[in-house]
Amino acid sequence: MTTQKGTRITQGQFSFLPDLTDAQITAQIAYALKRGYAINIEYTDDPHPRNTYWEMFGMPMFDLKDPAGILMEINNCRKTFPKHYVRVTGFDSSRGWETPRMSFIVNRPPSEPGFALMRQEGPGRNVQYTLSSYAARRPEGERY
Amino acid sequence: MGNTAERYKAGVIPYAKMGYWDADYQPKETDVIALFRVTPQEGVDSIEAAAAIAGESSTATWTVVWTDRLTACDLYRAKAYRVDPVPNTGPGTKTEQQYFACIAYDLDLFEEGSIANLTASIIGNVFGFKAVKALRLEDMRIPVAYLKTFQGPATGIVVERERLDKFGRPLLGATTKPKLGLSGRNYGRVVYEALKGGLDFVKDDENINSQPFMHWRDRFLYCMEAVNKAAAATGEVKGHYLNVTAGTMEDMYERADFAKSLGSVIVMIDLVIGYTAIQSMAKWARKNDVILHLHRAGNSTYSRQKNHGMNFRVICKWMRMAGVDHIHAGTVVGKLEGDPLMIKGFYDTLRETHTAQSLENGLFFDQDWASLKKVMPVASGGIHAGQMHQLIHYLGEDVVLQFGGGTIGHPMGIQAGATANRVALEAVIQARNEGVDIWNEGPQVLEKAAKWCAPLKAALETWKDISFNYTSTDTADFVPTATASV
Repeated sequence: MTTQKGTRITQGQFSFLPDLTDAQITAQIAYALKRGYAINIEYTDDPHPRNTYWEMFGMPMFDLKDPAGILMEINNCRKTFPKHYVRVTGFDSSRGWETPRMSFIVNRPPSEPGFALMRQEGPGRNVQYTLSSYAARRPEGERY
Repeated sequence: MGNTAERYKAGVIPYAKMGYWDADYQPKETDVIALFRVTPQEGVDSIEAAAAIAGESSTATWTVVWTDRLTACDLYRAKAYRVDPVPNTGPGTKTEQQYFACIAYDLDLFEEGSIANLTASIIGNVFGFKAVKALRLEDMRIPVAYLKTFQGPATGIVVERERLDKFGRPLLGATTKPKLGLSGRNYGRVVYEALKGGLDFVKDDENINSQPFMHWRDRFLYCMEAVNKAAAATGEVKGHYLNVTAGTMEDMYERADFAKSLGSVIVMIDLVIGYTAIQSMAKWARKNDVILHLHRAGNSTYSRQKNHGMNFRVICKWMRMAGVDHIHAGTVVGKLEGDPLMIKGFYDTLRETHTAQSLENGLFFDQDWASLKKVMPVASGGIHAGQMHQLIHYLGEDVVLQFGGGTIGHPMGIQAGATANRVALEAVIQARNEGVDIWNEGPQVLEKAAKWCAPLKAALETWKDISFNYTSTDTADFVPTATASV
């Protein structure tokens, strides 16, 4: 069996590792800045894997080049939304990419109830599947 | 050419004299250029051999024909323009004398958007030609004008990652084992365990199609149950490469349509289905928003030996043009052929927007990829968690690392095997980003993670002494310090 206890959503680069410390987050930010990525902070209480557009905690920090300043913003977000998922993305605007090159979770709710798998049975044993977050059945903001 | 009437007098004249050799030729930006490794027959001059290859791969036949004069034949003739001896071949070496021959082809020799047409010339009759003892297509420069007539990868690395919501680390996969014999129900069990444990993808093997022990519909249905159950357990997008390879295009379309209707993000095909079938499936994949994985089944029959056949880097180029999203391109450290420098050349060919000439990596030409999307290389075959730092060092992060035996053969089970690989991967990426020298300190990074991750500990112990150190057969002709030029 795995070492995981209960449900832990494993999106992002580092979800199989112990939660990152502030020093570890700062090191990843420094790496992103060195590569010229713009850091963006996003949060949500609907972690469905197809929920692409998490809420933006401000604009992407195109001009902020100081890892400590960025960590402060991350901590602001975590303080404002302590029970939300918070992820940090590094956006690469260079030609041929123009897409996130990093993405990792830095905050998650104290307990993660996970997803129900709904099966709609059709002809020929064909099943249409839907993932439904247990938490997202409540209104936004009241989920965790 | 001198006197034209003399040139077209019935009879046989050397190819070089027919206009297939032109030492002063300056290739045009729009020319297709091919570089061949030629082993001429005893007594055949290297320039005549090169001219003969140019002739046989374009307009010539063995004798003069007056009907040439009905055409703008100078344009249609391919031109050999450069011949150089291959370093470390010939007298005093273990290898008989070989030559690199550069041949330029006018763009109008080829039909737009057709690998079949391109290859019918370049690797057509000419490989059986008696004047050469052996012949190998080493590299090609494809002009931007021709690339723009191809769709290119259906999805590409950027869009694939956006669809999967996975960034900044290699993707992880495994091939279901045993390759043959599992029933659909048992097969899906392997898929579920591996995906739930932490893999992104599981894969059908190249020879899993629709055999008596498991018909394709059964496999697809059970695999999609596994994929969706694992997605629910992890909150991640998961996939299984459903192999739609079949005996006819109609069968392949039927299988691919069924995979799509079940919500699969990816389907797969084998190289042996042929270039035209691959292009058709790439169009299907683009139209249906499905990622297209290519297993390079069959390539080693013609790509491995150095003196005859074709280099795999040419397959990489053709497959990027043909439009696949994934292709197996070597592991360096695993059980299959792969010299590190050569593999870098393959990976760069698949992933870069522009590759510069690099003789030590086997890239003979500058190549502008003209905005064709990037192909995700796949590293598969005899690799395990203990090599994670080496894999990332050699292959970078835009690659699918596939641990088949290294997942399914784990002593604590398939989920544990998958978890070991995922933890190893994330730990090494984290360390690399933090500035750790993973080439030298990778083993310590893995040992540290193994302290809190029992599956990784077991994986490192089980496979600690496993490596495949055989000499590669396909290696560079040029060392980084060499001044030899082609």
